[in-house]
Amino acid sequence: MTSVPTEQKPIAAAPVSRPAPQVILRRRSRNVGDHVHRWVVTGLACVVPVLLVVIAGDLLVSAWPALRKFGPGFLWTSTWDPVAEVYGAAPMIFGTIVSSLLALVIAVPLSLGVAIYLTEFSPRWLRQPVSFLVELLAAVPSVVYGLWGIFVLIPFLRTFVVPGLRAVLGWTPLFSGVFYGNSMLAGGIILAIMIVPYIAAVSREVLSAVPSSQREAALGLGATRWEAVWTAVLPYGRAGVIGAVMLGLGRALGETMAVTMVIGNRHDIAASLLQPGFTMAAALANEFSEATTSMYLSALFAVGLVLFVLTIVINALARLLVWRVARGASAGSRAL
Amino acid sequence: MSGRSTRRRIQSAVMTGIVGLLCIAAVAPLLFIFGNLVAKGASSIDWNFFVQNPVPAGQTGGGVAHAIVGTGIIVGLAGLIGLPVGVGAGIYLAEYGGGKLGWIVRFLADVLNGTPSIVIGIFAWTWLVKPVGHFSALAGGAALAVLMVPMLARTTEEMVRLVPNSLREAALALGYPRWRTSLRVMVRTALGGIVTGALVAIARAAGETAPLLFTALGNLNFSTNILQPMQSLSLQIYVYATGPFEEWHRLAWASALVLMGLVLILSVSARWATRQRHGTR
Repeated sequence: MTSVPTEQKPIAAAPVSRPAPQVILRRRSRNVGDHVHRWVVTGLACVVPVLLVVIAGDLLVSAWPALRKFGPGFLWTSTWDPVAEVYGAAPMIFGTIVSSLLALVIAVPLSLGVAIYLTEFSPRWLRQPVSFLVELLAAVPSVVYGLWGIFVLIPFLRTFVVPGLRAVLGWTPLFSGVFYGNSMLAGGIILAIMIVPYIAAVSREVLSAVPSSQREAALGLGATRWEAVWTAVLPYGRAGVIGAVMLGLGRALGETMAVTMVIGNRHDIAASLLQPGFTMAAALANEFSEATTSMYLSALFAVGLVLFVLTIVINALARLLVWRVARGASAGSRAL
Repeated sequence: MSGRSTRRRIQSAVMTGIVGLLCIAAVAPLLFIFGNLVAKGASSIDWNFFVQNPVPAGQTGGGVAHAIVGTGIIVGLAGLIGLPVGVGAGIYLAEYGGGKLGWIVRFLADVLNGTPSIVIGIFAWTWLVKPVGHFSALAGGAALAVLMVPMLARTTEEMVRLVPNSLREAALALGYPRWRTSLRVMVRTALGGIVTGALVAIARAAGETAPLLFTALGNLNFSTNILQPMQSLSLQIYVYATGPFEEWHRLAWASALVLMGLVLILSVSARWATRQRHGTR
């Protein structure tokens, strides 16, 4: 502000009445600046809620014809026939949930391992490099995971993993049938690798937020270090860890490219993880630009709507859980 | 009694070992992916790869110049649209975000951040492709911008909040109006961190494929017209990886290595810059 020095200059010479209008003028212009600044940033901030509302509205409006024609049965019928104009999303919903749960089964132990090791056991010098590497996993583009899945993971599964799984668990329906490569199993494993960094980063934050008095009290009572983690630290951060896992689940549900590339894209519900499947996101990626009739398009919008609602519910619950434990503006979003 | 305590000590040691092994298992895929990328992609990368456009399917040779330029343009558009909105929203959250609206914006930014990117692609298609009747790079850029906004808003907020309040008080006490204090003192002090956040957001946008599938669509030819379909590295990898030709697979690995390099340079330099500034972050 250029006017700041001039205020100090008039000591006695200036008439008493002169500064007053200047001050008023300046204050008014300052208020204008403040108002403009405030309204501009408030307007920009409002873009976020508006975007969400518009996205939801778009999906609902465009999905409406399909929802009205097929009703709630859209969710649990499994015919997807663009020629006969009959659509049921059950195979995709099933595939989305199964692949995401499979991913969680694999990713949760790994990410909790990372979080616990880094907060409780690792030497100090190791923390930065390891958490950096884990965060890098989140930086790998989805399509690169897909590429790796097609040309490295699937051949690896075919040669080493599936024969072993079949030998041990082949009698269960989960691992029956022929393995062609593209399968629910491959999709779940790729998803697991992709969500590890998210779950690990958030649960690490949650575990670091556990007061060290909890740890010290347990150790003081004679607990071993593991017992202190298991009986004091983890229970204290339980809600936040569950939130972290749900954030990972939200990621897995909506992940598109890598899954599309390895899951097989078939409208079937198969009990076996070795069979190809489909997910909602993969269906959108594959069929959206090919949808020729308006009902086909509307059915795909309905799939998008189901996916959107599912991820929003999961994400909202997760945020609330994480916020409850690790208070503070940044909790849970830094890693994402 | 001593037997039991030995058992407990062994249990503790075993569990520590298991946790450490899980940690190694979590990091291992990253090393495999990087190893495979270099092993399968590096040999195909030469000067021509960067400056040539693709040759017809079945022939060997050709490059991905069109996709590299396309990624640059689409991500540039995304930055032009997304940066002002995201940073502005972040300033709001940091400066005025204490009330109910602040809570709502913060919460919904996190929810939007978790929204599947393919859904955002559909959103962009509805507004920018369907009414016009054809796919365009601009629609792709807009879709990526929507992805960037919540990330930018949250990082900006976090960075502005890190600025000590005494700086704000000092500026206000010197007669600086609030808006200048906010922009010239608070945001300026936090600028390094905001740039870091922007780099991370841009890196993520550069790797995205799903929102581009039915917005930018992809293009076999070199194009700089933002109102027409445009190729990006990520779309290129998708098409080549799922295609039938060996030659395409080779190019897919090479493109993936280039894309990964681009994303890594952006995010590593961003992290390095932050670490310089904030010590252990």
